[in-house]
Amino acid sequence: MSNDFFQGYKGHALEILKKYNVRVWGQAEIDTSRGLFIGTVLPRSENDDDLHIVMKVATGYNIGIDIRTIHKMKETGYKKANYKIPEKEFPFSDNLPFVKLFGTGGTIASRLDYRTGAVIPAFSPGELYGAVPELADICNLSTEKVFAVFSENMGPDQYKQLAIRIGKEIENGIDGIVIGHGTDTLHHTAAALSFMVQNPPVPIVLVGSQRSSDRPSSDAALNLIHANYAAGHGDIAEVMVCMFGPTSDEYGFLHRGTRVRKMHSSYRSTFRTIGDTPVATVKRGEIKPIKQQYNHRRKDKSVKLQPYFSEKVTMVYYYPHMKADVIDSLIDLGYEGIVIVGTGLGHVNKELYPALERAKAKGISVYMTLQTIWGYVHMFVYDTGRDMMAKGVIPAGNMLPEVAFVKLGWSLGVVEEEIRQGESFTSEEKHARVKELMLTPINDEITEREPYNGYLVYQGGVDEVEDFVRKFRK
Amino acid sequence: MKASFDSKANYEQSKKAIGYVSRKEATPDDYQRIGFMSGLEVHQQLLTQKKLFCNCPAGIYHDHNDYDAEIIRHMRPTLSELGEYDGTALMEFKTRKEITYRINNETACTYEVDDTPPFPINRQALEIAIEISLLSKLNIVGEVHITRKQYLDGSIPTGFQRTAIIGVEGEIQLKNKKVKLIQLSIEEDSCREISDIGHKRLYKTDRLGMPLIETVTYPELFTPDELMEAAQYIRFLNRSTGKVRIGIGAGREDVNVSCKGGTRVEIKGVAHNKWIPELSHNEAFRQWALLHIRDILQSRIPNPTEWNLQAMELDYDAFEQLSFSLKAARDTHHKLMLVNLPEFKGILSHFTQPEKTFAHELSDRLQVIACLIAPFMIHTEQFEYELPVPDFDLFSNLIGAGENDAQIIFWAPADDVQTAIETIEERCKMALEGVPNETRKSFENGTTMFERVLPGADRMYPDTDSAPIPVEEEYIQQLAQNLPKDIWERYQQMRNWEVPEDAMDYILRNNLVPLIERIAQNMPLEPKWLATLFAHDLKNIEGKSKRHPDFDYELVEKLLLFLHAKEIEPEIVKWMLPILYQYPNMDFESVLITLKYKKRSKDELLAPIEFLYEKFKEISHNPSHENAINWLMGQIHRQALGNYNLSDLRNEIKTIVNQLA
Repeated sequence: MSNDFFQGYKGHALEILKKYNVRVWGQAEIDTSRGLFIGTVLPRSENDDDLHIVMKVATGYNIGIDIRTIHKMKETGYKKANYKIPEKEFPFSDNLPFVKLFGTGGTIASRLDYRTGAVIPAFSPGELYGAVPELADICNLSTEKVFAVFSENMGPDQYKQLAIRIGKEIENGIDGIVIGHGTDTLHHTAAALSFMVQNPPVPIVLVGSQRSSDRPSSDAALNLIHANYAAGHGDIAEVMVCMFGPTSDEYGFLHRGTRVRKMHSSYRSTFRTIGDTPVATVKRGEIKPIKQQYNHRRKDKSVKLQPYFSEKVTMVYYYPHMKADVIDSLIDLGYEGIVIVGTGLGHVNKELYPALERAKAKGISVYMTLQTIWGYVHMFVYDTGRDMMAKGVIPAGNMLPEVAFVKLGWSLGVVEEEIRQGESFTSEEKHARVKELMLTPINDEITEREPYNGYLVYQGGVDEVEDFVRKFRK
Repeated sequence: MKASFDSKANYEQSKKAIGYVSRKEATPDDYQRIGFMSGLEVHQQLLTQKKLFCNCPAGIYHDHNDYDAEIIRHMRPTLSELGEYDGTALMEFKTRKEITYRINNETACTYEVDDTPPFPINRQALEIAIEISLLSKLNIVGEVHITRKQYLDGSIPTGFQRTAIIGVEGEIQLKNKKVKLIQLSIEEDSCREISDIGHKRLYKTDRLGMPLIETVTYPELFTPDELMEAAQYIRFLNRSTGKVRIGIGAGREDVNVSCKGGTRVEIKGVAHNKWIPELSHNEAFRQWALLHIRDILQSRIPNPTEWNLQAMELDYDAFEQLSFSLKAARDTHHKLMLVNLPEFKGILSHFTQPEKTFAHELSDRLQVIACLIAPFMIHTEQFEYELPVPDFDLFSNLIGAGENDAQIIFWAPADDVQTAIETIEERCKMALEGVPNETRKSFENGTTMFERVLPGADRMYPDTDSAPIPVEEEYIQQLAQNLPKDIWERYQQMRNWEVPEDAMDYILRNNLVPLIERIAQNMPLEPKWLATLFAHDLKNIEGKSKRHPDFDYELVEKLLLFLHAKEIEPEIVKWMLPILYQYPNMDFESVLITLKYKKRSKDELLAPIEFLYEKFKEISHNPSHENAINWLMGQIHRQALGNYNLSDLRNEIKTIVNQLA
């Protein structure tokens, strides 16, 4: 028998299954010192121990049998489960827009992975239609699995590939693009695409889910419905993130890709626009702009594509009493760009100054962002700030730390591309060119002003807040 | 309406035709005749400080309007691990419910509303569940696997209940038979429903997530009495640990019933065991009636697969005059639909349950699945009509109905009409096949109504948020050493003590055998006397006055110890308990003072007898021996209380009177 018959089992548990010729998906009777157990042997998660056999009993429950209690066992039948999301052909409607859904992984649609015991993505128009039939009323959907990686494994290569594919779709005249993505780094990808795909004629909507679609209360279906509506019918032609507004199944937000951040590890309403309001709210059949100004959908097929990214950038989260060697080692490793996430208005301690001077001397771009998440870097307020600017540290305005990191990688990438195209820069010119790219906002990654309602973190316990929560915050 | 058809007579006649007998008249032969078969799923909340998968406190309940926030969810079916959609899941999806949860910050956190993954399982709860599994002679699993059981009714915001098997294949010993157990699982309790009207359902989350166990028997109980006995046994077993919750809602039963040729129907959430016999009786006969309906229909309809209903929209003007309900329907722009059910004449008014007919099978489902809000229909075989009585002849002509057909008129919001028609058609087709698999909601009067399609094993899914929990051999051994005695042994023990049968339920229900044992060990008191003190005297007090929350059974032990130390006759306890039941914090001395107790010797007590006897003879009209003794007892009873055993006193008086006479 091949190992396939013993999916996930190892060590002692594998030995005993082999000894008694009992396979995964085999119906088995296991006689133990704790009594007789009858059921179907299931695959075991690779990370679990080798002392138990997993079984599904007649009532549908799973149990584990301790192999040390087994007297004997025998296989009485065999039936392999066929796990499949029902696939139906996605219906075509003349009068509906064409939307392309790119899959990158994540939990938009998923099924169980017996190897790890976790959920893995499943994805095709037919499967999606089987799971979320409402999509057929919104658009003509086609899908393409670009890669199948978890959110944390997304990186520059994936950003570039996505940007290029988006460019192709725009060229082919698509009406809107949706990108299914794990939520952990959704905002990194959104920022990267905002810089790589500038001034698109159609909406580009990134979407994920905080609860996998294998659970009835998943936010996946509603997010997908909202995203497809925004992509197919919406007038906002920008790179956006579409996720739950409140935690309730009510409406979604369209966040500008450069100002959005994941703010809670598990809430459905985890994505928030920072320092501004979202661009719009979205419900099925309705998009309500919140911001007056946005890029409108156009008929043309032109887009400015810059799919470049330098991996010689890094980010340092400052902590009190940080030693210069942290920065020194980054310099020695050859990084050309460093984003510092500083305290307060954008500060680090004096111990770092020598390292900052070294960085400046080497032409390394050093940008300052904020641990406070909200607000602007203000390096003129205190002397220390002025000192640092003198040592070459550039304030990044109210750019979010992750966005600054992505943009620095992109800016350096663009400059490297310009060099490849034949331009030549001195070290100082290159530094200045990167700075020009960094500080020229493409789509509000730095805003000129922070509206009063851009910072709303209310505290529970206050009467009027509790009142608001009870009445409105669903 | 066809005047020739008498619905009420048809109901009575069909009731007779299936041989329905009331629960009171029913004999074991009746149950054998219809092949009564039943099993139980006994739910029991465990007594823990915290909930099962988060650190919220357990056992705190709020009023409906005592909440801090609300959230809204919709449920959609997902595939089971084996790749199947569950029937219930699809039905619930059809109902398109908007579910609102009320959250009180004291009792619910982000876990309850599914915005945080589960924390590790509550070990205290797991331990109690293993103990009860051992008591239930179940085979304990080697590893506990948390499983998700889908519930799309919204009673759990995740859309599934986290649950896990602790043991399989056990048994309990009833008076005359052993009953096998399928399994025992630990699970999180669900939300409490506040309301369910149309497409909106409202829940509160205080109970949600509290640890619960479910003991499932095989369907081996063949009369309602056996069923009741098993329910009581399992309840007593759970309570014998002293580690489960008591009170309203802490124990709930799902009762599975079928009759010969019928199918498993689950009566959900029966709150009181005493309702079980009536409910199971009626359910078995409901199924028996449905089989009779099937036979009638099959004789009329040679090819059941080709049976279809006819439906058409009606104008409100089609009625000469509108009843109040129809006016309301018109004013809210409901669509009015006429449905013809070919060959269903006499079926709509066919008996199904006491005062219920087959028409209820349809209206129940319309209410639950199509979310219609009553009143929403009239039909050709009602017992009574809201005036004016509609002219059904007109409508049957309109839809081209045959002589043997029945008609329904219903009204609903336009969006719900299609589901409603499908629901009627589906249920009628099921009638051609027999008894549909379903869960039913129980009412106090012993009848039930449709709740949802019976879910199967297809709704189970491994919980990817939790790792399996090994249950080691040594741990089981250690728990096995400290288990209470089996319930059947407790019965035996009480019989040996000569405890009256009628006292046993109370003793077991309140888990008092260990307490009685302990008291009898420490004091020269008979277990039988103690048993009746609790099950008769204290029970009597409970029926009459309100229990103070500080009163518990241990107080009786303390009181008896106090009396023993003071060398006071224990009988006085029966006069002290009514006071302590309401004022448990009163000190015992004060209670004695209230009763005007004073220490007296036997001689002191008996000293006035001679004088009193003379007095009795003076005043008595009937100076018999017996009367004399009774009167004398009455005179010194008060003083004797606590000083002298009353029956001994009576004997003493008897002796004295004999001497004097």
